[in-house]
Amino acid sequence: MNLGLISFVALIYIGALFAIAYYGDREAERGRSLINTPYIYALSLTVYCTAWTFYGSVGRAATSGVDFLPIYLGPTIMAALWWFVLRKIIRISKIQHITSIADFIASRYGKSALLGGLVTAMAVLGVIPYISLQLKAVSYSFTLLWHYPNLALPDLDAIPILRDTGFYVALIMAAFAILFGTRHLDATEHHEGLVLAMAFESIVKLLTFLSVGVFVTFTLFRGTGDLFARAAMQPDLRRLFAFDQTPLAYQNWFWLILLSMFATLLLPRQFQMAVVENVNERHIETATWLFPFYLFVINLFVVPIALAGRLLVAGDVSPDMYVLLLPLERSANWLALLAFVGGISAATGMIIVETVALSTMLTNDLMMPLLLHANAFSASRDLSSFMLNLRRGAILLVVFLGYLFFRLTGKTFSMVSIGLISFAAVVQFAPALLGGIYWKGGTRRGALLGLLSGFLVWAYTLPLPLLAQTAGLGDAFIEAGPWGVSWLRPYALFGLTGYEPITHALFWSLLVNASLYLIGSLWSGESALEHRQAALFVDIFRHVGGSEQVQIWRGEASPLDLQTLMQRFLGRSRAEQLLSEYARTRGVTDWRALETDADMIEEVERQLAGVVGAASARVAVASIVTEEPLDITKVIHMLDETSQVVAYSRQLEQKSRELEAATAELREANRRLQELDRLKDEFISTVTHELRTPLTSIRALTEILYYNPDLPAAQRQQFLDIITKEIARLSRLINDVLDFAKLESKAYDWNLKPVNLKMLISDAFDATRQLFLERNITVRMELPDDAPDALTDNDLLMQVILNLLSNAAKFTTDQVTVRLRQEGDFLRVDVIDNGPGVDPAYRETIFEKFSQVPPPDGIRRQGTGLGLPISRAIITQLGGRIWVEGKPGQGATFSFTLPISPFKPSQETSHATT
Amino acid sequence: MPQPESPVPSHPPRVLIVDDEPNIIISIEFLLRQAGYTTQVAHSGEDALRILQQEPPDLVVLDIMLPGMDGFEVCQWIREHSEWNHVKIMMLTAKGRDAEISKGFALGADAYITKPFSTRHFVEEVHRLLTPPAEDRI
Repeated sequence: MNLGLISFVALIYIGALFAIAYYGDREAERGRSLINTPYIYALSLTVYCTAWTFYGSVGRAATSGVDFLPIYLGPTIMAALWWFVLRKIIRISKIQHITSIADFIASRYGKSALLGGLVTAMAVLGVIPYISLQLKAVSYSFTLLWHYPNLALPDLDAIPILRDTGFYVALIMAAFAILFGTRHLDATEHHEGLVLAMAFESIVKLLTFLSVGVFVTFTLFRGTGDLFARAAMQPDLRRLFAFDQTPLAYQNWFWLILLSMFATLLLPRQFQMAVVENVNERHIETATWLFPFYLFVINLFVVPIALAGRLLVAGDVSPDMYVLLLPLERSANWLALLAFVGGISAATGMIIVETVALSTMLTNDLMMPLLLHANAFSASRDLSSFMLNLRRGAILLVVFLGYLFFRLTGKTFSMVSIGLISFAAVVQFAPALLGGIYWKGGTRRGALLGLLSGFLVWAYTLPLPLLAQTAGLGDAFIEAGPWGVSWLRPYALFGLTGYEPITHALFWSLLVNASLYLIGSLWSGESALEHRQAALFVDIFRHVGGSEQVQIWRGEASPLDLQTLMQRFLGRSRAEQLLSEYARTRGVTDWRALETDADMIEEVERQLAGVVGAASARVAVASIVTEEPLDITKVIHMLDETSQVVAYSRQLEQKSRELEAATAELREANRRLQELDRLKDEFISTVTHELRTPLTSIRALTEILYYNPDLPAAQRQQFLDIITKEIARLSRLINDVLDFAKLESKAYDWNLKPVNLKMLISDAFDATRQLFLERNITVRMELPDDAPDALTDNDLLMQVILNLLSNAAKFTTDQVTVRLRQEGDFLRVDVIDNGPGVDPAYRETIFEKFSQVPPPDGIRRQGTGLGLPISRAIITQLGGRIWVEGKPGQGATFSFTLPISPFKPSQETSHATT
Repeated sequence: MPQPESPVPSHPPRVLIVDDEPNIIISIEFLLRQAGYTTQVAHSGEDALRILQQEPPDLVVLDIMLPGMDGFEVCQWIREHSEWNHVKIMMLTAKGRDAEISKGFALGADAYITKPFSTRHFVEEVHRLLTPPAEDRI
């Protein structure tokens, strides 16, 4: 065919593509978005279908039948999950200003520049061959069209670069990508023209492929029935209709479906179109059915074309080219040209989008972090134009690398193998990415380990053997393994044989990748930033917007510093504009009046992230914001508005807790008062009872005497005696109660002076002598002369000793001993009787007022029930201790101690001391 | 002091005094003997029950504040045994609150007198309790 004609048609198509892109961008500048429809979005996603689909599917169908299908079944399944997975990724990316998949993963794991660089490197290494494949397809189809009917493919080495169509295609693609892919500095802004052109491109490749399909099926044959019937007559073609009968065929299918599922999400160009260029989340709904439907339609004629090619095309020709050859065979040159345009369309679409995506990653996630780290820029320099030029340079670099790879290896590899190898490379992102949006536990170290190990296994099991073959030392390496170590054979690692190389590589790389990601994550901690990002990514739907983030990063920087920084990357006017907009949201008219806080730094970082990626933005901001090490007080001060609200509510909670505590205290005080009140009631009730008892005898006996004037004199005397005693008891009781009440209320007036205890005890004994004489009790006094005086209250102490003596007189059998001695700073007095003693169970109870302790021998003695309680109250307040000892049946020993001097009244009584 | 009629002429009714105050016991004993009754004394609840089991009296004059088992418990104990159904119980106590009086009657006391008591009233009550109802008389 005429070279001029072919070139002309190709240039017409590419010209149209430029025009459409230009139109789209111009309309966008006028404020009218042409891509804001779900259909354009869904069609732009079909950049998934490349020249590999256009030519390669037929090639694969012609050699291995339905095996081409998994590559399209996978995306169909994935599309069903988009609403859950893709929507989440889009939401995260919008809020975080994500520019690429490398940026996404880096951002998730604490904005790690290292991780971003690694993902970028993997993507570039994995995808460059894929780009070269597109160039190869264009170059070969062009040559075929030109040289037909000469089917021999030209020797690349013989063609100088300047005469190679692939080279020109590469240049044009680079130009397109630069023109429409780097119009804005902010990589998160939509490339409207680019997207519109891709949607157009998707329709062109679909229509041209369908045209060839219809032509082949209905012109060369009488419909599909005829075609299949004729193919069925050839045994080797009949085999293509059915599934492979090898035992592992299903596993191969499974892995291929899985591979293409992830590829739909993870290929840089798919991420670019589906996430970065997405205008509206709801567009996913349409894409969920339209995208699989497109895949279904474009694959309708793959098998017919493949079969027809096998039936009609003679000679040793790559089946990849059947789409062109069949029309050529029947001299339908216009159709061949159309098919050629379709092929170009598929290839260029892929090259352009992939290049834009890769160049963004290269500049933002690889070059900028390195340059920033190396402090390569003088502080004053405006970097906005530098950034743009850097990205343009990256585009040229990517396209050039693609072309270089094609020149070096173009002869060797089939399209399908290279396509799958690229897929397998990007699928390594799956654990880190999916884990990152569903599992907060995933850490930077885990992601690094997983990615790196997966990539190494991929490199060892897929590209390495291919390269080895190219270098001519492949067979030994593949068959026997390196250095003859058989379990290291790259296609049969650890003895896993029987799988296709791609399945084998996928199995091992994903297994190692996912395992190390898990283990690494579980065994490593996360930084505060990582933790925050993890929470933000995983819980994205709980966050309304980015402003909800609780900032835990604080440093010193003036608004002017931030403005200078933004100006360097965004240009003066854009920086001014963004800062002013931000100031307005904070209710400030001039951004210079803003106070730099965590929220503002976050905003600047977010804006920069849109230009240079999250990792670079963080490095850039960190360069001017001196970050201070976190300590707990800082963390508290680091509250942004949200957390101030939290703090305020904490204060409220604190107040409410204090109130609760106060309430509890009041309740407790009230309870104690009630308890005291109850005790007082009880005391009064007991006192009343104790008063009634002597009164009862007095009244009864008085009445008896009154009504019986003629009682015998002796009986009369007995009754009068009782009455007298009971009246004495009554007055004693009243005195005791009053004393006790005084002691209890601490209202007693202490009269402190030196008291000689020997004398005091002797006086007390004299006062009670009658009691002992009545019962014939022997009293022994052991009172040393040298016992020192005690500074104490004479009368109160006398009351205690009287009490103990009269108790002893009441309970003893026939003997009482009183002993005085000095014990250190204390004097000790023991009153020992040989009466019934005190049951150990009641040794404390008897010191309680009106205690109802059964008499040890069943005999009730006269008493007020207040003697011992009063004694204890006195001794305690004089600073001593009183207690009782002795075994039941062997007498009781009542003892007390008393401090000699200086007398220190217990704290509660000090104010009452005179 | 009016001389009470003897309800059962064969032998005088017996009264058990349960109290732990010796002087009160002296006065009650005097009053009851003067009225023609035989008396017995228990110093505690446990004492009282022992005497009850040996020789049930016709009336128990029962204090409440007793060492060990208290008067209420003694009263309840007596009323729980049907063989002592005929034994009358008079609470004679310093506890004079309404709740305590209600409790005494609820536990089966036949009379409740608070200390200090009127000797006349006391003797009348004893007499009333120990005189069978009119229709039972011959």
